[in-house]
Amino acid sequence: MITLSNVTKIYKSKSGSVTAVDNVSLHIREGEIFGIIGYSGAGKSSLIRMLNGLEKATSGQVIVAGRDMANIKGRELRKARQEIGMIFQHFNLLWSRTVRENIAFPLEIAGVPKQERLKRVDELIKLVGLEGRENAYPSQLSGGQKQRVGIARALANNPKVLLCDEATSALDPQTTDSILDLLVDINKRLGLTIVLITHEMHVIRKICDRVAVMESGKIVEEGEVLRVFRKPEQPITKRFVQQVTEPEETKETVSHLLEKYPQGRVIQLTFVGDAAEQPLMTNIIRNFNVSVNIVQGKISQTHQGAYGVLFIHIDGTEEEMDKVIDYIRQQQVEAEVMTNVE
Amino acid sequence: MWSNLLPNVQWDKIWAATAETLYMTGISVLATFILGIILGLLLFLTSKGNIWENKVANTMIAAFVNIFRSIPFIILIILLIPFTKLVVGTILGAEAALPALIIGAAPFYARMVEIALREIDKGVIEAAKSMGATTSTIIFKVLLPESMPALVSGITVTAIALVGYTAMAGVVGAGGLGNLAYLEGFQRNHNDVTFVATVLILVIVFVIQFIGDFVTSKIDKR
Repeated sequence: MITLSNVTKIYKSKSGSVTAVDNVSLHIREGEIFGIIGYSGAGKSSLIRMLNGLEKATSGQVIVAGRDMANIKGRELRKARQEIGMIFQHFNLLWSRTVRENIAFPLEIAGVPKQERLKRVDELIKLVGLEGRENAYPSQLSGGQKQRVGIARALANNPKVLLCDEATSALDPQTTDSILDLLVDINKRLGLTIVLITHEMHVIRKICDRVAVMESGKIVEEGEVLRVFRKPEQPITKRFVQQVTEPEETKETVSHLLEKYPQGRVIQLTFVGDAAEQPLMTNIIRNFNVSVNIVQGKISQTHQGAYGVLFIHIDGTEEEMDKVIDYIRQQQVEAEVMTNVE
Repeated sequence: MWSNLLPNVQWDKIWAATAETLYMTGISVLATFILGIILGLLLFLTSKGNIWENKVANTMIAAFVNIFRSIPFIILIILLIPFTKLVVGTILGAEAALPALIIGAAPFYARMVEIALREIDKGVIEAAKSMGATTSTIIFKVLLPESMPALVSGITVTAIALVGYTAMAGVVGAGGLGNLAYLEGFQRNHNDVTFVATVLILVIVFVIQFIGDFVTSKIDKR
């Protein structure tokens, strides 16, 4: 559905040039929810804007739904944009128009006749759950409602792709979840390809099928969300994964434990899917001569399945502890011995 | 009673002068609104980072606007005498005041239009682009409606300035209340005529301000 090959974006200014996107290649499949995560300034905003031609790639190819977005202009570009919906962090609604008129705007642009427009707007209002607020102005709506208008507006011309530019970053956690649920619902019902950029791992965990991690213009890691959660490779990815798996106090607890028990080892166990259901602890205690102390644990739901992290402290002879770790690893559970926590 | 208090006031002359002032103000406000919006849009659209970004055009329009905005109105009228003669055929009467009024006020209003347009959230323009809007759609369905309250309050301020300009134009023969106050009131030393003319100009200004405020509050849904 979307293919980027060797895409580079360089901004030139008097004080020199800035490479916002650096030789990125990416393939996004039809019907999937693809997340791009990165801190601000990583280039994700420039990247998503190249997908609908709001920014032009300096070099490389950007193919969206069969069209080369980097090289088309004028009427062809406008036509292509009508097939790519976009929602924004700050909603970007027209304050001078009601909910209904805002949603009708892209239909006016596409030249849809009035009767059809009204019908389509009513369908969209139902789809995003804004019945009863049709004649309200944006200033009378809450953030979540505004984003629903944004989504309805983006879907008006039946796009093939929906781009989400930090769509939940201005919303509170509860509203974020309801908007994410709506996006998943739309993805399933309409088979829409969704590309979203965010700095919140929570968003990726909740709805994405695949994720790419961006750092200083490059994609440093890419893959299935569950795989990335289980085995993050890059330090930046580990930091993002920690956002949702480790409560803040874990680090302190672990370092505290390491001080408190100079003997023994603190181990981080990572479970994915079925592995979480085995009686692992029971087996360790029964079969090995070690003492086990559970420090902290958390299970997170991802779009593709459960993912859990457990910290335990074991103590015993060196040999026995090595055996325990080998045993854990045999059970398809990741085990990482914490030495010191940075 | 009125004739005792205001012995020199001839009401038929007063009403005729009021009508002339209203005529001059009305036509020049209308023309200023249209011309100012066109100039303001050009200033905005050719500025850095906008749809028709063009440094040369922007500098030229800005220079034109700044020059005509800076010339004192009373001097502008005199400078424009040959132009007025060419366009209107005479330099006397209400019609003859219009070129100077419009050329004096439109650049002033154009700057206000530009400021109003700059206040629009860039994200909204970006959203319209992302939907595949043409430049004319962006102008007529995004830029103008989204800045309308500021455009209306701007034209209110400009209209009030124009009432003042018409009075000045009156001194050099344009007719209207300013002309009446100068010829009948000042030169013949009939202070009651000056007084009545002043009161009427104040009333016109208050009415314009009231209408402007009312319309602005009606259309502002922010």
